Amino acid sequence: MTLVMETERTAPDETYNFAYLDEETKRMIRRAILKAMAVPGYQVPFGGREMPLPYGWGTGGIQVTAAVIGPDDVLKVIDQGADDTTNAVSIRRFFRRVTGVATTGRTVEATIVQTRHRIPESALREGQILVYQVPIPEPLRRIEPREAETRKLHAYREYGLMHVRLYEDIARFGRIATSYDYPVMVNERYLMAPSPTPKFDNPKMTAAPFLQLFGAGREKRIYAVPPYTTVTSLDFDDHPFDVQSWDEVCALCGAADSFLDEVVLDDAGKRMFVCSDTDYCEDRRAAGHVGPEGADEADAPAGKKP
Amino acid sequence: MYVAVKGGEQAIENSHRLIAAERRGDPAVPELDVRQIREQMRHAVARVMAEGSLYDPDLAALAIKQAQGDLVEAIFLVRAYRTTLRRFAVSRPIDSARMAIGRRISATFKDLPGGQVLGGTYDYTHRLLDHELAGDGAGEAVAAEAAAPLDPEMPRVSDILDAQGLLEAEMPDDESDPVADLTRDPLRLPGRRDQRLQNLARADEGFLLALGYSTQRGYGRTHPFAGEIRQGTVAVEIEAPELGFAIDIGDIEVTECELVNQFKGSTEQPPQFTRGYGLAFGRAERKAMAMALVDRSLRAAELGEETGHPAQDEEFVLSHSDNVEASGFVQHLKLPHYIDFQSELHLVRRLRADFDARRTGTDREAAE
Amino acid sequence: MTKDDMTPILSVDRVTRRFGDLVACRDVSFSLQAGEVLGIVGESGSGKTTLLRVLSGTLAPQAGEVRYALRDRGPFDLYRGLSEPERRWLQRTEWGVVHQNPRDGLRMGISAGGNIGERLMAVGARHYGEVRGAAGDWMAKVELDLGRIDDSPAEFSGGMQQRLQFARNLVIQPRLVFMDEPTGGLDVSVQARLLDLIRGLTRELGVSAILVTHDLAVARLLADRLIVMKDGRVVEEGLTDQVLDDPTHPYSQLLVSSVLQA
Repeated sequence: MTLVMETERTAPDETYNFAYLDEETKRMIRRAILKAMAVPGYQVPFGGREMPLPYGWGTGGIQVTAAVIGPDDVLKVIDQGADDTTNAVSIRRFFRRVTGVATTGRTVEATIVQTRHRIPESALREGQILVYQVPIPEPLRRIEPREAETRKLHAYREYGLMHVRLYEDIARFGRIATSYDYPVMVNERYLMAPSPTPKFDNPKMTAAPFLQLFGAGREKRIYAVPPYTTVTSLDFDDHPFDVQSWDEVCALCGAADSFLDEVVLDDAGKRMFVCSDTDYCEDRRAAGHVGPEGADEADAPAGKKP
Repeated sequence: MYVAVKGGEQAIENSHRLIAAERRGDPAVPELDVRQIREQMRHAVARVMAEGSLYDPDLAALAIKQAQGDLVEAIFLVRAYRTTLRRFAVSRPIDSARMAIGRRISATFKDLPGGQVLGGTYDYTHRLLDHELAGDGAGEAVAAEAAAPLDPEMPRVSDILDAQGLLEAEMPDDESDPVADLTRDPLRLPGRRDQRLQNLARADEGFLLALGYSTQRGYGRTHPFAGEIRQGTVAVEIEAPELGFAIDIGDIEVTECELVNQFKGSTEQPPQFTRGYGLAFGRAERKAMAMALVDRSLRAAELGEETGHPAQDEEFVLSHSDNVEASGFVQHLKLPHYIDFQSELHLVRRLRADFDARRTGTDREAAE
Repeated sequence: MTKDDMTPILSVDRVTRRFGDLVACRDVSFSLQAGEVLGIVGESGSGKTTLLRVLSGTLAPQAGEVRYALRDRGPFDLYRGLSEPERRWLQRTEWGVVHQNPRDGLRMGISAGGNIGERLMAVGARHYGEVRGAAGDWMAKVELDLGRIDDSPAEFSGGMQQRLQFARNLVIQPRLVFMDEPTGGLDVSVQARLLDLIRGLTRELGVSAILVTHDLAVARLLADRLIVMKDGRVVEEGLTDQVLDDPTHPYSQLLVSSVLQA
C-alpha cells in the first residue's frame, strides 16, 4: 500500500525557479550554511527571504532545504514526528510543486529530512541531512530580550545566567523543569537552542554521523551541528541531565524506547500511548512487533478512523 | 481498535476548495473585477503596496481580492511574490521637491511659496454614511477644476527652515556605503537610520499609529509640528551605466510627511528644530505621519534626550513592526504542539508526584 | 592603614565627563590603596554618581584615565587598556557594585539564593549543592534568615534587600566594591545595623571600597578617607576625621555645618 507521502520524481512547476528561490539567493543561503558549519552552534544572520508560507510555520527550514536540495534528493517532512500532520503535508506539497523531487515517509530512504519538534527515533546515517525548523533561535532570549546584549553574551561566552535558571528549577521543584527546547553547548563553545524538540531527543544530537542544519526564517538566522560534533545538555554535576521515560509502551508496536504521544480516548480519562514517530512505529509493526492494542492492526494505518 | 488519524493531505485539499468558494460568496452577485478594486479601493491598494514593499497597483488589487479584503494577508501574498522577482537596477533617490503635487499642507506656516493645496481629503467631510453609495444610483462624481495651474515652485518647508539654519541639516550617511535593504539582509541592531526608515516604511500601520500616539500622550514626548505633508507623483529614475545618465522609468504616487520637532540644543549644537520623516506609497497620510512621529521618537538617544518609553526603543520597535512576521508567529500557535505539550504534561505529572510525596511524607524515591 | 609602598589599586587621573553642555565631573584625580575605603561626598548633582559610573567601568570619560591594578597583571587603563570582554570579566571576578536602589542590583524574578549563586555560576560553578551551600553561608553572614533562601527578594524589606545585595557582591570575594548611597532610603534604625554589618564585613575581608554618599554620618562610619565634590570638581581631600572635623574649603565647611544643624 502506498501512502500519499510516497511520490516519484516529477516535473516541477515551470512558473518558479527550482525550489522557488533564485540561484543567487540559494548561493547566499549556502554560504551562510557553510559558515554555520565552520562555527558550530553560532547563529549566522542571513538575508532570509519572504516565502509563500507564513513566518513561524517553517520558513527557515524551508529556505535551508531549498538551498541544499537537488533534483535527485528524496525528501521526508515531519511535524511532531509524523508525516501526515497538516503542516508537514503542506511543506511537502510545496517542495513537490517547486522541485518535483521524490518524497518519502521512510527515514532510511530520505536524503533530507525536514522536521519540526522531533528527531526521528532510528538513527540517521552519514550523508543524510536533518533540517530543523526553528521559531526562536536565541537560547538566551527568555532571560535577555535584547539582541544587542545576547550577541555580547555569546561573543564573551557569558552563559552563567542559563545555570541560574536551572538553579531556580531545582530550588523550587527539586529537578530541572525544562522539558523541551532544552539548551545545549555545542563543541564546548556556543550555547544553542535545539529548537522545540523534547529533551528526549537531545542525546541523539551529539557526535551524530549526519549533518544537522537549523533555519529560523522570521529571525533570519541559520546554525549548524556538523557530523561528529559534541553537543552537551546543560546541567549541574550533582543534578545530571536526564530524559523522559514512560511507564507505558507504544500501544501499537510495543516500543519501550521511543517518545510516546498521549491519545485521549474518551472524556472519562481513558488514554493510550503511541509512538510519535509514525515511520518508526510502522517499521516495527512490519517487523512483527505488536503492542497491547495493536493485535488486529497488521497493516499500516489507513486514511480513515475506524 | 485504535488507528492513528491520517488524511491530512485530503483535508488540506478540501479546505482549499472550501475557502475558494467562500471567497466567491453568493454566485448571484457579480464577481469583483480587479480593476474595480484598483480604482475604487485606492487606500487599501496603497497600504498593500507600502507594507508589501512592491509598487504595483494591479497586483495589490489582485491580492486584496484573493485575500477577501484581509489586508495583512494581501500584504503577505505580495511579499511572497516579490521574493521571486529579479532585481534589475537600484533607482536613484526620488526627489519629492519635484513632486507633481496632489495635496500639500503645512501646519507651521499660514502661507508659503506654492501655497497650501488641500487636494482630495476626508478631513473636513462629516462622517455620515452616504446612502446614495449603497444603491446603483450614485451619480457621476466630477472634480472641480482649478482656476489656475499650481505654482511650479513648491519648495519643501524643511528646505525653507534649513536655509535659515533653524532646522538640523540632514546629512547623508557615508554615501560610499550601500543603503540598508531589509529585503536582502537581516535586521542589524543597533542600526542606522536608513535601515530604520525602511523598516518603518514597511511597518504595520496600526502598530506605528499606536506608537506615535503614545508619544503624544506623554510616553516620550517629541513636541512635533506637521511641517509639511505632501502627496503626489514623483519620477523614478535609474542610472544606466552604458548611457552615462539617468533615465525616467515611470511615476509613482507617494505621501511624505516631515515633522518639525523642538530641540533645546547642546554644547555642540545651538537650539534648533529637528526632524521626523515619514514616506509611504500611494495615499497614506495616517501612515506617513505615524511613521514620522516614531522616526523622531527613535532618535531620542542620539539627541541625548531622556529615553525609556516604548516608542524610543529601537530594538523593541524594529523587531515587532512587521505584520507579516507578527501575523505568522502569532498564528503558528495553531500548529500542532503535541510533543511540547506532552513533554510539559509529563513534567507536571512528575512535579505533582514529587509534591504529593513531600506532602504525605512518603519516600520520594518511590514516586520517581 | 594605608600601605604606601604599594601601587594603588585604583588611580584616577584628570577624568572629565560631560553630558551635552553639562559637565558632570571635571578634572577629577585621586587614588585608592588596597584595603582602603574612600568616601566621595557632596550634594546631589555634584557629579558623585557619574564619577562612580566612570570608575566602575560603565561610562567612558571624555578625557583623563582610570587605571585599575588587576590581580595578576598590574595597572591597566580601564577603557583604553582593556577590551569590553576583559572589562566585563573584571566586573564579574574582581568587583562588586552595590546600588542605592536594590532593584538595580538584584534580579527580582530570581530567588534570594539564586541572586547570590548567580555570581558563582557566572564564573563557572557547576555544582548545585556547592552553589546553594555558599548562598546559605552568605545569607547567614549578612544576617538574613536562611529559611527565606528560596523567596523572591521582591518580598523582602528594603533593609533585607540591601543585605542581599551585599551578599551577592561579596560572595565572589571581590577586591574592590563600589557603593552608591548603600543606606539611602532606609529607616535610621535599619541603617545603623546595616552600617555596622558593612563595616564589619569590609574590614574582615580587607576589601577596598569606593563609597558615594551625601550622608556625612555614613561617610564617617565607613570611610578612611574622603573627597568632597562640588559642581563636578574635587574641592577637598583628606582623612575622614580631618575633613569632617576641620574642613578647609568653604563648601566643605558649609556641608559639615548644615549637617550639624540638621
